[in-house]
Amino acid sequence: MRERFMILFSGFAAVLLVRNLYVMLVKLPDEAAQGAIFRIIFFHVPAAWTAFLGFFAAFVCSILYLAKRNLRYDAVSMAATEVGLAFAAGNLISGMIWGRIIWGIWWTWDPRLTSMLICWLLYAGYLMLRRAVEEPSQRARISAVLSIFAFVDVPIVFFSIKWWRTQHPQPVVWGGGAMDSSYWNMLFLNWVPLILIAVVLILIRLRQEEAQREIDAVRRWAHAL
Amino acid sequence: MPGFLRDSLTIAAKDLRSELRTKEALNASVSFSLVILLLFSFAFDPSADQTREFSGGLLWLVFAFAGALILNRSFARELPNDCLDALIASPISGAALFAGKAAANFLLLLAVEAVSLPVFGVFYNIRWWDQFWQLAGVLALGTWAMTVIGTMFSALTVNLRLRELMLPTLVYPVMIPALMSAIQLTTHLVGGQPLGGDVLVWLRLLVAFDIIFTALALSLVETVLVG
Repeated sequence: MRERFMILFSGFAAVLLVRNLYVMLVKLPDEAAQGAIFRIIFFHVPAAWTAFLGFFAAFVCSILYLAKRNLRYDAVSMAATEVGLAFAAGNLISGMIWGRIIWGIWWTWDPRLTSMLICWLLYAGYLMLRRAVEEPSQRARISAVLSIFAFVDVPIVFFSIKWWRTQHPQPVVWGGGAMDSSYWNMLFLNWVPLILIAVVLILIRLRQEEAQREIDAVRRWAHAL
Repeated sequence: MPGFLRDSLTIAAKDLRSELRTKEALNASVSFSLVILLLFSFAFDPSADQTREFSGGLLWLVFAFAGALILNRSFARELPNDCLDALIASPISGAALFAGKAAANFLLLLAVEAVSLPVFGVFYNIRWWDQFWQLAGVLALGTWAMTVIGTMFSALTVNLRLRELMLPTLVYPVMIPALMSAIQLTTHLVGGQPLGGDVLVWLRLLVAFDIIFTALALSLVETVLVG
């Protein structure tokens, strides 16, 4: 059943991606000020949204784990964080490529860049912590608490960095840019395949986790023999 | 509630007493803060006029790095002789245990700051005492933020093999909003201006950070320690 879902989702995502790529590369005109590189936004922004969806899912599953103590929630939380982190990295890297072309620099301490980097570091810490704990239920408990702390921290980080930067000179003005509706449609339309890909990746990761648990059980059984 | 308060005070007094008898973490932390202050002088020209402009940043980096030495040990010091198990088994709630430890750490961090702030003023030629009481308030709020996060993460990682390696990477990113507020406010106050106007937004952020994470830590620490 789950296999079928995965094939269906990834097939749908592939078809939609091909269609979107065709439209954004061939049909949509270059943006007036930025030219061709503008198209990176169709992956850059939805990647950030997908990452936050992943982190939110991890937050919910962490609370559920602490409430119900079912290791399945812990596995989902871990998988969602890993996939979210990958999308956050995609967001950061695509943003840097765009910055290199438009601003002429790979990195600037712009509020969004800084906040996203902090967010990335927070969740990288979560995955690092998981590797350091061997006992499954202890690992689940500790990482659930860390996930809750991280998720509560993220909005505070975003607001504070925005205030911080508004008091300092910044290389770009942001927040006021208007975008044509065809671009907006593309942005949301390209979010759908990214979400589907994220879901498939999470399912694959969950299957690995289950296989790992089965292997551990067999190993314990073999030891007992 | 009086029971909670009494339990916390007992734990805080115990921690302070054992630290003041050995002074292990306190000595290390104070000397480390002096070493960082020395190192900063090589990173830029300390006599330059701009020092005042980033004095808040320098100070809070010193506090955060030196404070970590005290905070990291908060729960780890209970590991020898299974003291931590005894504490958990004692008729004290996890929240009271946490509150007591946090209170002790808070006082120890303030002691380190009380030493390194005047030294900072001397080394970098900064008049920091113009707004003394407001600065003291900001120091207390910022230090409490560091204490809550540091003590909580000390409890979180107490049983891990790689504890010392994990803690700094986990703690500092979470602290960033509080550190930023404290840096802004301190720079402002060290510049001789009283708090007011736009800067108040940072004070509100710092207070909110303290309240949110204190509540979160108190409600989750039982789960972390006991299971």
